[in-house]
Order: sequence, then structure tokens, then C-alpha cells
Amino acid sequence: MAIAGFSASPSKGGSKRNSKGASKSALKGDRKGAWVVGILLAPGLIYLSLFFLTPLVQLVVTALESPDPSYAIGAYVYDLNFQNFVDVAVKYSLQIFRSFGYALLATIFALLISYPLAYFVGVKVRRWPMLQRMTLILVIAPFFISFLLRTVAWKQLLAQGSPLLEVLQNLGLVAHGGYFIGTPAAVVFGLTYNFIPFMTLPIYTTLERLDGRLLEAGSDLYANPFKVFTKITLPLSMPGVVSGTLLTFIPIAGDYVNASKEFLGAPDTSMIGNMVDQDFLANQNYPYASALSVLLMATILILVSLYVRRAGTEELL
Amino acid sequence: MSASSSGAALELKNIRKEFPGFTAIEDLDLKINAGEFFALLGPSGCGKTTTLRIVAGLETPTSGRVFLGGEDITDTKPHQRAVNTVFQSYALFPHMTVLDNVAFGLRQRKVEDPLKKAQDALALVELGHLADRRPQQLSGGQQQRVALARAIVNRPSLLLLDEPLGALDLKLRRQMQIELKAIQIEVGLTFLHVTHDQEEAMDMADTVAVMNKGRIEQMGAPEALYDRPKTAFVSKFLGQSNLFIGEVVESNDSAVSINVSGNKITVPTARAEKTAGKIAVGVRPEKMQFHESAPAAAAGLNILGPGEIIDIRFTGVSNQYLIEIPNVGAVTVFAQNVGKSPVVELGANVWVSFKVEHAFGLADLPVGTEED
Amino acid sequence: MTSLIAKPAAGRSRNARNARKMRLGDSVLWVYTAVALVFLLTPIVYTIVYSFNDSVRSNTVWEGFTLHHWTNLCDQPGICASVGNSFFIGGVSTLVSTIIGTMMAIALVRYRFRARSLVSLLLFLPMATPEIVMGAGLAALFFNSGTEFGMTTIILAHIMFCISFVVVTVKARVQTLDPVLEEAARDLYANPFKVFMKVTLPLLLPGIISAALLSFALSFDDFIITYFNNGSTKTFPLFVYVSAARGVPAEANVVSSAVFLIAITVVIGMQVVSAARRKKFSA
Repeated sequence: MAIAGFSASPSKGGSKRNSKGASKSALKGDRKGAWVVGILLAPGLIYLSLFFLTPLVQLVVTALESPDPSYAIGAYVYDLNFQNFVDVAVKYSLQIFRSFGYALLATIFALLISYPLAYFVGVKVRRWPMLQRMTLILVIAPFFISFLLRTVAWKQLLAQGSPLLEVLQNLGLVAHGGYFIGTPAAVVFGLTYNFIPFMTLPIYTTLERLDGRLLEAGSDLYANPFKVFTKITLPLSMPGVVSGTLLTFIPIAGDYVNASKEFLGAPDTSMIGNMVDQDFLANQNYPYASALSVLLMATILILVSLYVRRAGTEELL
Repeated sequence: MSASSSGAALELKNIRKEFPGFTAIEDLDLKINAGEFFALLGPSGCGKTTTLRIVAGLETPTSGRVFLGGEDITDTKPHQRAVNTVFQSYALFPHMTVLDNVAFGLRQRKVEDPLKKAQDALALVELGHLADRRPQQLSGGQQQRVALARAIVNRPSLLLLDEPLGALDLKLRRQMQIELKAIQIEVGLTFLHVTHDQEEAMDMADTVAVMNKGRIEQMGAPEALYDRPKTAFVSKFLGQSNLFIGEVVESNDSAVSINVSGNKITVPTARAEKTAGKIAVGVRPEKMQFHESAPAAAAGLNILGPGEIIDIRFTGVSNQYLIEIPNVGAVTVFAQNVGKSPVVELGANVWVSFKVEHAFGLADLPVGTEED
Repeated sequence: MTSLIAKPAAGRSRNARNARKMRLGDSVLWVYTAVALVFLLTPIVYTIVYSFNDSVRSNTVWEGFTLHHWTNLCDQPGICASVGNSFFIGGVSTLVSTIIGTMMAIALVRYRFRARSLVSLLLFLPMATPEIVMGAGLAALFFNSGTEFGMTTIILAHIMFCISFVVVTVKARVQTLDPVLEEAARDLYANPFKVFMKVTLPLLLPGIISAALLSFALSFDDFIITYFNNGSTKTFPLFVYVSAARGVPAEANVVSSAVFLIAITVVIGMQVVSAARRKKFSA
């Protein structure tokens, strides 16, 4: 039997080694491998360096600027004016505490609400994959409606005179004749609502991967359902919980839509974001706006690095 | 490359493969004749799969050359080599039908009429009726045959099989062994079959190479390897062996004798690798017999004993006796179950004997033995 | 010996009690989930319902059912232009970020290199950075480099924050792709380009599509970063924000409802199709 129409000629390309493959050779340290990795990563790395890292550097540079000698509005010169940070921390200390306070509350509420939801979808309904997928879709459905409109909807639903507000008043949660929109409670409520999917998804992902046999092993070893949950499920779901907490707390700390007076807030619920907005766009006080942003970013970087120190960078993505 | 015969000859010269942290292949020399069914046998981690991947082109050797049909293909990329692989996990493309899977290689080579040829290949493995299914819908044995068809349809100079029968249950595996061998003879390809199952290797292959820790310890026809293993590893890996260790006390042109705690064990010089110092002499358990009373000494017979039977195992075909002989060790004897063999009980005192011509002398000592 | 016999009996009634507790706990969980889902979906329902509200300026009080806003959507000044802008920006951002992100995802999963941790960190940071920081930073960058604010700056900004999400989504899919399949393709005479086109890409496609949809959704809905970098170009979220002061018109509800219904249909449709395919091939 002749070999049908095949010719194998040795490559004239010299020593192009190609060791892409499974198992042991998955460690690609050789030349060609490094070349391919470079090409694959270059566009993204360049792009992010240019449009993510550089802006951050820009912010720091701007945060250190001083007012131009002419004192014209919006005119600043390069400087090393660290005083800006102090000024901003003092001037906006109220908003800073308020932001982190709201963020903490909203994150805790989101966690309490999301965890059982994630448990339901990730563990309880495993037996019915279609139901599981549909429920998951419902959980992320809010993503498909504009963030602003979701918030506006609550603003209307809980506005003065609305039926829902009456229910709350009858339940005693709101003072009779009082209002809800514009209070800190409303802002925290809005923040919690908007970020529930951010909290639910990472927890769901972790719980979904939880091997059911571990839970069975727990029952087999005389643990009641409560113990199974606290001793097995909860600890194993911690990576998802931490991840969800980070992905919730951080954006909330920087949010300002919920807190602005056009939406759920009032002038006295303003957060860091509102102040940056004001300084940047209204007051043209770029150094202050930048300094405040840098402070916010620095706090977040500290939180993230604490997390990374514990969990390593593999879990991040 | 042109092929006058169906398969081509493979030659590996001084192959060495290093990975960061360890060396998978130390120094490998291998020759496979065209049209041969060659088995590369060894335990996990011995380097046999790495060798296969080097032949396929999926790895490059750190040093050494690979020749196919006389041509140096060391620097050729996998998609340019006339070599195809049947992978351990079958690696069937899940997003294509069975027919498209089999036709894949033909299409890449722009061969005429790929679908018809693919259909013929499926017929060869008796799966023509499943051409339009997806691999996920097939059973393990069927997937394995599709993987085989997908490789064979390209009529490669050399077909590589990476433990293809590992995932099949015993009965299916036996069946596939027969079918694989039949196909190889019919199509006339050269097969390089990598496995850790020594029965499989001995059953199917024309030549077997036993590999250990990155080296080939012994190579030859299965019968030759089985009858006369040359190293302790081969004697234990291929079948079972009883090994006796002792100093050489007599040595001439016809026989070598060692002293094993007062017992004299003799091996023909032609079957001994070493003839001086401390050596290991072995014999297969099925070549041994046990006696309930001391047998008469005779020329050409090695006798050991007495010892106590400490374990008896029944495996259907035979009874396996484990006999503890003081100062010698535990000796295994297989007695074929013919119904009227002397039935002895646990604890009985017996002697064992075997013919000198069945003994073999090893080149090395078993791991753990102290050298003097 | 007696203790061994006694334990099973006690265990049995404990198991029965646990079983009853479990059933009660179960039903509580089901009820809770139903309530939680209603809570989550309330604003969605509200938005859709009020897109049919016969309102003129502010859409806060129900005045009657009408299809007017759906049929005469573009009568509302500025809204169709803003939606068009959002679609265009979303399309371009999705295209670029999906390509860049897919390449990075493949590199991260398939290759080991020393800078791996750093790259992972760099990709994680945009997801963890508050939008206000990224928005203000980008604005500062564009301002200082003299770039004119408008469509271009918006697109550049959107690509930036979409990349990380694409990488996360595609990475999960790449991890399910057994490298041996690509080896088999190479073994069967496919050169590296063909391997990618015939094996890698088709098998990654579901993940890439998910990533593209996610990217589009993020871009379409983005407000804060766009707000700082838009110049005079209006996107749909900006339109909503600006009109929120005097009252969001019902046409905005129409746009949002339409997008929602399309998205939900696509997602549910994909699930139904793949379930049907699974059923067909497991026969």
C-alpha cells in the first residue's frame, strides 16, 4: 500500500523549536514560546499601560500641582504640593467617612442578601440544570437595564405618595408623613440593590464548583445540616465571598450616582465621587479632584494588596 | 519522501531529553524495522511517552537525531511528518462529526475525495454506520476505533499509539488487541505502541523494548525477553521472577554456580550476563516445582529447601504458592491447575526445584541489595 | 458492645429530625429566593411598564396606556442620536477589546512566564478601580495631551475597561480546552494557523461570544467614565443623566426596555439552543 500523495520535507527554517503541548512540556521557557507570548500579550499590555496606568500617574502628577501664579481659574503648574492631600482629607473628611461607611453597610447588606441566593442557585438547584441557568439569568437580569434607569425606578417607586412608601410607613420603617428618598437609608438601599449581582456572581461561581460529595461526606460523618454549612460549605466558599466583597466595596466607595440629588440622595448624602465631580467639572479645581481620587485609589490598593498577600494573584482573575 | 514498502523504518540516535529539573530520557538508541509492530514498555515516568512525542514532533530532543525511512526528521514540524498518533485520551474533535474527524488529516493534506476515503477507513474499523454522530455520543471503545481510523486513513509511514487501550475494560481491551494486530498486518504499517501493560506488549508486538528511567534496558522478541531477561528490572517488570543472590563459586564454559546460603544454584554460562563476584540468578515461577519430600539430587536440577508455605492464592488458571525458605527468602511457585496437582496446605514444609536450563543470570543486582 | 447498638438508634431519630429541619430550611430558601428575585426584578418591570405611560414630560405618574413612545421613539429630541452613538461606541469597543482580551486569555492559560502574576494584577486593577478614578484620570490624560474630547476619547476609554472582563470570560473557556486536541490537529498535518482556525477558535467561540456580549453591555451602560470624557458627544446613559433633573422621558424607558428584551431573549435563546443540542447528541 503506497502512501497516498504525501511528502515530508524537513523544514529549512533552522532550529525553530516548538514545544507547545500537554503535561510536562506545558512549561514554555524556550525561545519560540516566549516570542508567541510576547505577541499575544503586547497589544493588551501596551493599551492598559497607556490608558490605565498613565492616567493614574497623571492623577498623581495633577494632585501635586499648585495654583498658577496668575490665580486664573483652572490654571495650575507642576509642583510637589503634598499639602493638597492634607487639604482634601480635611475638607472632605465627612464625605470620606460617609463613603466608606455607606460602602461598608451596603457591602454587608449585599453579602447577607446575596449569599443565600448564590447558595440556592449554585448548590440547591444543581439537580435541575435548566432551572439553575434560568435563575442565574434572572439574577443578572438587572445588568441588562441601564444602571441609571434602575436607580430612577426606585426613586419613583419610593417617592412621596407612592404605594410602596405607604407600606413602609405602615410597617413603621419610615415615619408617618416622612420621606425616604434623599435619606442616607435610600442611598445605602440603592447601592445595595445595584451591586447585589456583583456580590452574587463570585460566590455563586465558588459554590457551583463545590463538590457535592464533600457535603455528603459531612452528613455521613454525623454532621447536621447546620454544621455541614458552617464547617464545610462556608469555609470553602470564602474565596468567592472575599472576591465578591472586593468587587462590591470598591466600586461602591467610588460611586456617586446613587448619592446624587438627581437620584436617591440629597446634598447632605454626598460621597467622595460627588466631590470629585464637583471639583473637576464645576470648580475646575483639578488638584483637589485628583488628590481626592488618589486618596481613594490608595485606600483601595491597600485593601487589594492585603487580599493578594493572603490569596495570591491566581485567584484574582 | 517516497515509500517503497508500506511502513517505514524508524531510528533514534543518542536521544536525550531534559526538562527543567529532571532528565526524562538519558541516552536512547532505537531501531524499528519497516512493517514491524514494536512495543515500548515501561512503568509510569520511564520516559516512554516522551519518546513517543519526540517521534511525533510534539517535543524536540535536547540532543540526538530522529530518522524516518533514512531521512533526518529531527527538525521537521509535526504537521510535516508522515507520522500519526493515536492519543491516550483519543483527542477526537468534539465540534466535528466522526466522519469529519477521520477526514481531517486528508483535508489538511488536500487529498482527493477525503470523505470517501474517510468512510472506507470507518468501514475498516466497523463504524461506518456512525459517521454522522458526534464523538460525545460514542462509547469508549467506539471512540478508540475512530481515533485509530483517523490516524490510519492517512497511511502514515509510522503509526504511534500512546497507551490507546488504557481506558477500556478488560474484555474490550483483549478484543481491541486482536483487532489492532489484524489491522496492522492488513494495512502493513509500522506501529510503535507505548504501554505499561506487559501482557499487551508481549501479545501484540514483534519486538519489545523495556524502558526504565529514561533508558532502554533490554530489547528483543517477546519470547526472548521473557525467556532470558538480562536485568533485574526486566525480570520483575516483564512477568514475575524469583531472584537468588550469591557469590560465584564455580565458573567454566558450560555453567556458573553461586552459593545461596549453603544451597548451590547453577545457571548455564550461555545464559549468564556476569560470571564472577556477587550475581543474581533468576527463574520464572511457572518453571519451578515443589516437592513434599526432599527430591533426589540430579544433574541439571537446582534444589532449594525445605521451606514453609506461607501463602496460597487461587487465580483460576493456576495456584500460586509462596514459600519461605530460611536464609534464602520468599519463593513463588505457579502450579497449573490440572486438578490432580499435589494439594498442600498452608504451613506445609516443601522443597522447590527447577531445571538449570531455565535459569538466567542477570547483569545487575536488584535494587536494595548490598554490594560487597 | 452495648454503646455500638445504642448509637444507631439515636442516630436514626436524629437523622429524622435533621431531615425535617432540612425540608423546612429548604422551603425557606425557596421562598427567600423567590422574594429576592422579585426584589431584583421590580425596577425592571417598573421601567418596562412605564415605557407605556401616556406622559408628556416627566414620567412619574401613571396617566394611561399608550404605544406612542414605542412607535414615535425618535420624536424625543436627542434620544435616537444618543442611542446610535452608544451602539457605535459599543460595537467598536467590543470588537477591539474582544480581540485584545482573547489573545491575552490564551497567553495566560497556555503559557508559563515569569511576569504572569504581574499581568494578572494589571488586568485585575481596572475591575477593582472606581470608575471615578479611571474617568478623572483619563480626562486628565486627554486634557494634558491636547486630545479633543468626543467619540474617539469615549471609545478609547471603553476599550480600556472592557479588556479585563473579556480576559476573565475567555480565560474560563480556554481552561476547559484540552491542549491535546491542538496536538492532535498538528499531528494530522495542520500548520499552526490551521490549528487555530479549525480547532482552537471554534471551540473557544462560545466563550468569545459571551465575552463580546458582556463587553457590549458594559460599554452601552457606562456612565461615569463616559461622563468625564465625552466632550459634546451624547451617549444614551448621558442622555438619561441629563434628563434626570427635570424628568426622564418615557422614550428612555422604551430604549432600555427594548435593549433588555433583546438581551434577555438572546441569553435565554442561547441556553435553549445549547440544551436542545445537548439532548440531541446524548441520544
